[in-house]
Amino acid sequence: MGIGIIALVLVGLIVVILAWVAGAYNGLIRLRNQLENAWAQIDVQLKRRHDLIPNLVETVKGYATHERETLEKVIQARNMAVSATSVGDKAQAEGVLTGALKSLFAVAEAYPDLKANSEFMRLQEELTSTENKVAFARQFYNDSVMTYNTHIEVFPTNLLATTFNFGRRDFFEVKAEDEREAPQVKF
Amino acid sequence: MWEQIQANKRRSAILITGMAIILLLIGFTGGELLAPNAGAFGLLLALIIWGGMMLAYFTSAESILMSSANARELKKEDSPELFNVVDEMRLASGLGFMPRIFLIDDPAPNAFAVGRKPETSSITVTTGLMYRLNRDELQGVIAHEMGHLKNRDVQFMTLAAVMLGSIVILSEIVRRSLWYGGRGRSRSDSRDGKDGGQLQIIILVVGLLFAILGPIMAQLLYFACSRKREYLADASGAQFTRYPEGLASALEKISQAHVPLSFASKATAPMFIVNPLSAAEADGDESDSVFSSHPPTSQRIKILRAMTGASFTDYEAAYRKAKGGSLIGTQSLQSAPTEAIRAPSNEGPIQSRQDAHDVARRASGYMRVKCNCGLEISVPEGYEQDSIRCPRCSSVIPIPSVGTTPPPPSTVSAVPPVIPLSPLQYHRTGTGWESFRCGCGSTVQLSPAFDAPQITCNKCGRTIQVD
Repeated sequence: MGIGIIALVLVGLIVVILAWVAGAYNGLIRLRNQLENAWAQIDVQLKRRHDLIPNLVETVKGYATHERETLEKVIQARNMAVSATSVGDKAQAEGVLTGALKSLFAVAEAYPDLKANSEFMRLQEELTSTENKVAFARQFYNDSVMTYNTHIEVFPTNLLATTFNFGRRDFFEVKAEDEREAPQVKF
Repeated sequence: MWEQIQANKRRSAILITGMAIILLLIGFTGGELLAPNAGAFGLLLALIIWGGMMLAYFTSAESILMSSANARELKKEDSPELFNVVDEMRLASGLGFMPRIFLIDDPAPNAFAVGRKPETSSITVTTGLMYRLNRDELQGVIAHEMGHLKNRDVQFMTLAAVMLGSIVILSEIVRRSLWYGGRGRSRSDSRDGKDGGQLQIIILVVGLLFAILGPIMAQLLYFACSRKREYLADASGAQFTRYPEGLASALEKISQAHVPLSFASKATAPMFIVNPLSAAEADGDESDSVFSSHPPTSQRIKILRAMTGASFTDYEAAYRKAKGGSLIGTQSLQSAPTEAIRAPSNEGPIQSRQDAHDVARRASGYMRVKCNCGLEISVPEGYEQDSIRCPRCSSVIPIPSVGTTPPPPSTVSAVPPVIPLSPLQYHRTGTGWESFRCGCGSTVQLSPAFDAPQITCNKCGRTIQVD
């Protein structure tokens, strides 16, 4: 009789543990898929941004003929961003591109004909909204990364994580170049 | 983030189970009341009523609301700014699909989201919302609606509404049957003996209580769910935008607008962001009544403005301070740290009042034709003639049939204007640069080297004699 009860309890325990393992594993899978989908969303927006830039450069060229340097910086930054592969590289390249675009739009302020051009205005709105979308997609991706990283590091889920090879993921931190520099105080 | 949503879903499931228990109990005791051992039959009746109402709701609720409100679907070209705001929130919420966007031409600012399945969901805004709120505020409202979609609130509240409706109907049936029918007492008495009499009285009392109080209890549960969902959607909105002040000041503007929404009724009121029936009153939506579908707007604004960060954890803290009690629960918030609030964007409304009306008109099937003189004319859907006269320059413009793109302005001038325009001759006054206006309004320039006898206007193609 006694052994029967012990056996029953043991079986019950095993069932409970297995159920937990299944649940935790599924949770990790779900989080990882959410993360990868979030990354894909960022990719879509970044690609859109890269595609808009050649049009922008062509439009500006017609009006601001003396600003070749700025335009070339933009094109270079764009090509670097297109060819970047890892998360860290992409983040850096996108930061450089944001900086280059900022100086391009600053330069465009001096050409009222350019500012009034409807194609330029449309591209500017599209680029601004794409920047916003990149920012939000990035926000969601980083949130997902954090939840995922926390899950694979807390006990007891971390045991599962090491067994099934769930690795830490990087955050996608994009900072425009000028934001990184400390403000210079000049008297 | 999905953990918080899972946790709240669990809590709501408990509430719904409560309503389901009430429904089944009414069915059972009602059945027992009416005839001995008919409890099972009562249960069956309850389930049939519930099933029928589910079918009715799920097949027709949305279309009734949409058509009564005269909502028109927008495509991206109609308002790219609005599409961009919704797209941004789609990314920030991780929703995974883009809801359809509808516009209602109404000066009252309000918004709602409907959708049974995630893939068929939609968000509707009014033109009043578009031109009264600035970009941050509009973003906050859209984020709130996205929160509803993400938390599957619409399905949940529909389920709860159907549950409530079934309970009301069932208890009505039980009460009426008691009134008219009575019990088959004589048969059961002779079988059960004297102990049966006491049991029957207890069942009678309990059954009556359920039949009368059941609907009221169910209604309280329904409105409690609805209010909780609104707070959770506010929290989601703050988390997605990382800017709770946007939603807070949007709620403030909406509740102070005091413009009644023309098509809202008691049945559809719970779906809006601010209760449209009380937004119109001068003293606003201040009643914290257990029978109101939305929490008081001032309370919602207070909580949003008391947030020190932008995540769910910060909303929970502010909620606790303002109301006491918890919304999401600390258990599910373990892995959610606070998030910093971002800076405001300083952008104004995405459309001016005129533009917002234009968007609505275009979506309603108005066609725009452009006259040579620069005026754009909105032609309503039912216009049957094939040409229209420009009110500014009186030239006749052909109307293309629906489905074709209108011809570019240069070909429109093939029809000569009715009023006489400036002569088709120009006398040169010297040998330097000269410019004059053609009859169509565009400027024609003559260089010093020009020596031909005539020139063609670039815009309208008319030849002008030069001498």
